[in-house]
Amino acid sequence: MVTLNDYLMASGLLFAIGFAGVLLRRNVIIIFMALELMLNAANLSLIGFSRFNVQNGLPDYNAQVLVFFVITVAAAEVTVGLAIIVALYRARQTTHVEDINTLKF
Amino acid sequence: MSPILFWTFVAIMLFFAGMVVLNRNPVASALSLVVSFLALAALYVSLDAYFIGVIQILVYAGAVMVLFLFIIMLLDLKAEIRRRMNFPAVCGGFVVILLFLKVLSDVCNGVFGGNAKLPPISQGPQGDAWQVGMLIFERYNLALQVVGTLILVASIGVVILSKRELK
Repeated sequence: MVTLNDYLMASGLLFAIGFAGVLLRRNVIIIFMALELMLNAANLSLIGFSRFNVQNGLPDYNAQVLVFFVITVAAAEVTVGLAIIVALYRARQTTHVEDINTLKF
Repeated sequence: MSPILFWTFVAIMLFFAGMVVLNRNPVASALSLVVSFLALAALYVSLDAYFIGVIQILVYAGAVMVLFLFIIMLLDLKAEIRRRMNFPAVCGGFVVILLFLKVLSDVCNGVFGGNAKLPPISQGPQGDAWQVGMLIFERYNLALQVVGTLILVASIGVVILSKRELK
């Protein structure tokens, strides 16, 4: 039988993979994708808690609304982030974080 | 959902999440991310969150990933050349990850009722989309409008960012 711990383990491992991606990769876009993985890991644990917190025969829908808002804000964040990456690429012709290490240019 | 299906989808999700990090080619990374998100949507459905599962596929596997692929192909990114690893940084990263996994296992062992079975739910005539919709439009109406404004501001910001050259 699948328990809450299994979902939390899956969520935590997904978060760890995303975290490793942010630390290990040098391409801004890959780092951005790893950030998305971490966001989704948090969402998975939220949905898990929602489903295992049953009251009056219904799961806790507040958590699902929170996940809905997280997904919405994440979509806005992706658009702005990718626009910044494109602007950076136009200015510097690179997406490697090690080549973009000055605050002012 | 049977445990076999659950572990299959968890394995798919984690494997392709790993491929996102390990692939040298950004396009392959983006496509791995799509598969990972699809498996995640299956996990949402296994938790009876059908609405969130559908949103996950539509927004993440659809819109966001198309955006990623579009930017990768617009910038014409080549496969990342192998660079000399910063050895202390890599060691530090692995130490952080190991510490994180340790904390994670501690939390999982200590969570109240963490070993509980999946409690049965009685989904009435209204599905979960109805329930979520009622909450969004009644209890969290203000938050919904704030998020709508946020998206408007984000889209204006994107237009401005892509118009002007960074000086």
